[in-house]
Amino acid sequence: MEGMSLSEWGSIIAMQGFAGISLFSVLLLMALGLAIIFGQMGVINMAHGEFMAIGAYTSYMIAMFVESYAGWFMDYYFFFAIVAAFFVAFLAGYAAEYLLIRHLYKRPLDTLLATWGLSLILQQILRSSFGAREVSPPLPEWLIGSIEIAEGLEIPINGLVVLGLTAAVTAGVFYLLFKSRWGLRVRATTQNRVMSGAVGINTQKVDRVTFALGCGIAGIAGAAFTTIASTGPTSGSLYIVDTFLVVVFGGAASLLGTIASAFSIAQAQSIMEFFMNGSMAKVLTLLTIIAILMFRPEGLFASKIRK
Amino acid sequence: MQAIYRNVFGGKSGLIGLLILAALIFVVMPLSMDIFRLNLVGKYLTYAFVAVGLVLIWGYGGILSLGQGVFFGLGGYCMAMFLKLEASDPQSTAIQSTPGIPDFMDWNQITELPFFWEPFHSLTFTLLAIIVVPSIFAYLIGVTMFKRRVSGVYFAIITQAVAAILTILIIGQQGFTGGVNGITDLKTLLGWDIRTDSAKYVLYYVNGALLLLCILIARLILATKFGRLLLAMRDKEDRVRFSGYDVANFKIFIFCVAAAFSAIGGAMFTLQVGFMSPSFVGIVPSIEMVIFAAVGGRLSLIGAVYGTLLVNWGKTTFSESFPELWLFLMGGLFIAVVMLFPNGLAGLYDKYAKRFIVSIRNMGSGFLDKRTFQKPAFMDRVLMQAKLQAIATWLGQIRPQRDDLKHKQPA
Repeated sequence: MEGMSLSEWGSIIAMQGFAGISLFSVLLLMALGLAIIFGQMGVINMAHGEFMAIGAYTSYMIAMFVESYAGWFMDYYFFFAIVAAFFVAFLAGYAAEYLLIRHLYKRPLDTLLATWGLSLILQQILRSSFGAREVSPPLPEWLIGSIEIAEGLEIPINGLVVLGLTAAVTAGVFYLLFKSRWGLRVRATTQNRVMSGAVGINTQKVDRVTFALGCGIAGIAGAAFTTIASTGPTSGSLYIVDTFLVVVFGGAASLLGTIASAFSIAQAQSIMEFFMNGSMAKVLTLLTIIAILMFRPEGLFASKIRK
Repeated sequence: MQAIYRNVFGGKSGLIGLLILAALIFVVMPLSMDIFRLNLVGKYLTYAFVAVGLVLIWGYGGILSLGQGVFFGLGGYCMAMFLKLEASDPQSTAIQSTPGIPDFMDWNQITELPFFWEPFHSLTFTLLAIIVVPSIFAYLIGVTMFKRRVSGVYFAIITQAVAAILTILIIGQQGFTGGVNGITDLKTLLGWDIRTDSAKYVLYYVNGALLLLCILIARLILATKFGRLLLAMRDKEDRVRFSGYDVANFKIFIFCVAAAFSAIGGAMFTLQVGFMSPSFVGIVPSIEMVIFAAVGGRLSLIGAVYGTLLVNWGKTTFSESFPELWLFLMGGLFIAVVMLFPNGLAGLYDKYAKRFIVSIRNMGSGFLDKRTFQKPAFMDRVLMQAKLQAIATWLGQIRPQRDDLKHKQPA
């Protein structure tokens, strides 16, 4: 590493930092949905990764369809795919809540097992219908390549797009939760379920839509994921532990905490990856998270409420 | 004597359950299977150690650990390290560039045995380490988590992360651990070839005896005051804490016991199967072990053994012939066991089989089932209900007339 000029160091740090930001946007996109479901409803959704995979495969199918039947649409399909991925995952989540989750609200540990079962089934469905091989959809041309900001400093476009998408989705979630009537109902239900029911909020419906929305956001994450990496039936489950740690580390009920923790985990991981091999970086990151959680069991941004 | 009988064996019904299990493991299985199948059953029974531990911590303690594979793996790796050192003596590893160290170290250009491998030359140390190392690890996790009052889903997620960490570490440090393949080619235990059929028989019986011993220890623990407190903590932790008990210490203790059980299972796994690999440590095996306990019944120590046997038998049978179907079945099993029969096989037994057995016993003794006596009373109740219904309909019929009267009243 000796003999490198200052500017080379600078660009390495910048690029490594951007790799961290890429990871950050994927983690945040996945964690947002989970934070809504876990933070607002207290439900552990182990099948979250599979909802992401559903979104990714939806995007893949649309890309394949557009490529073979409507080539002229190729440049724009991605936006359409994001919306479609959201709705497909939303509907799947809605069905899962109706059939499975709503029976288990009183038993959070059992929800964990049941959703794990759901994830196994979804994985097998994906494997049977799309094959075990990882797929990646053809990307529109404007997504490929990179922008050269300065000499030796290149930033990939797909990373930028995903970052922008993450910002948009985060803003949307904030708007929905804190500015809309629906968000008001969700927050009311979280704080006091019985009282919310008493003032006429349909808490069951709130639960169902909240869960479905969380899954829908996972679907968007999946669609975004296809631009960075290839998708397989099990690619969702690779991220599930990391995502859970993001949510727990950030403080379950705080969206701001989720953003902060996704950022710090992603940056820590990618900076450490520069100094040691990937697996050790991951081990150290996870260990650090657990150590910090020891001192702050409620996470970084714990809400100050009495329990 | 009476107290031991009641507490350890669980009275008459507990003793019968235990004897049936013992007969199944020691007599029925060995007589009805060839050594290959029996060895397979022995492998399943090593998972049952973990399931028994999970009954203690999850069923009774309410602590769901998704990282029990960690302890299974630690126990298994301790055993495997000893066996590997024995298998890699300088004569049989003479072709290596550094003879006398395990082959995978040689492949990874390691020329000296790492310091933490050295003590595993001694069998005594190894046997101690199998129990002590996982217990200390569990103690550390327990102290850091329970003292800080981390519980419920948080604990589950963190133990899952621990399982992930250990897997990544083992795979990443392949020079020290054998990496993804694990520690393989284990041959002898103090010169005794563990790959022969007779050795497999012996190991199977040792395994079964150890499993029964673990069940007895678990029963003893549950029969004491500690067992009561464990249940109390599961249902109302705050009240136990307010009564002056240190909840965290109890949780740490039971977590360590479960870890030690799992580790014994892991060590027996290594002995019977002949290798140990990270695929028994990670997230997936850990959560599968939870389902073994859940299928057997999370409150039944013996049920956990049956649950383990049943699920693994299903896994082997189905994944041999219909590998695609198996994941559906496994997923369905997770959902069904939670939604339909949360107390597992033991719950089903209590609900249906027990009643059946009782009624058969009564029939034999006097031909008059208890319920035949209850039938007249039952018929009475039906008749009463019919009468009440008739009165209600009659009242319903006259109500309109009353309403009519109301209307006719002058305003």
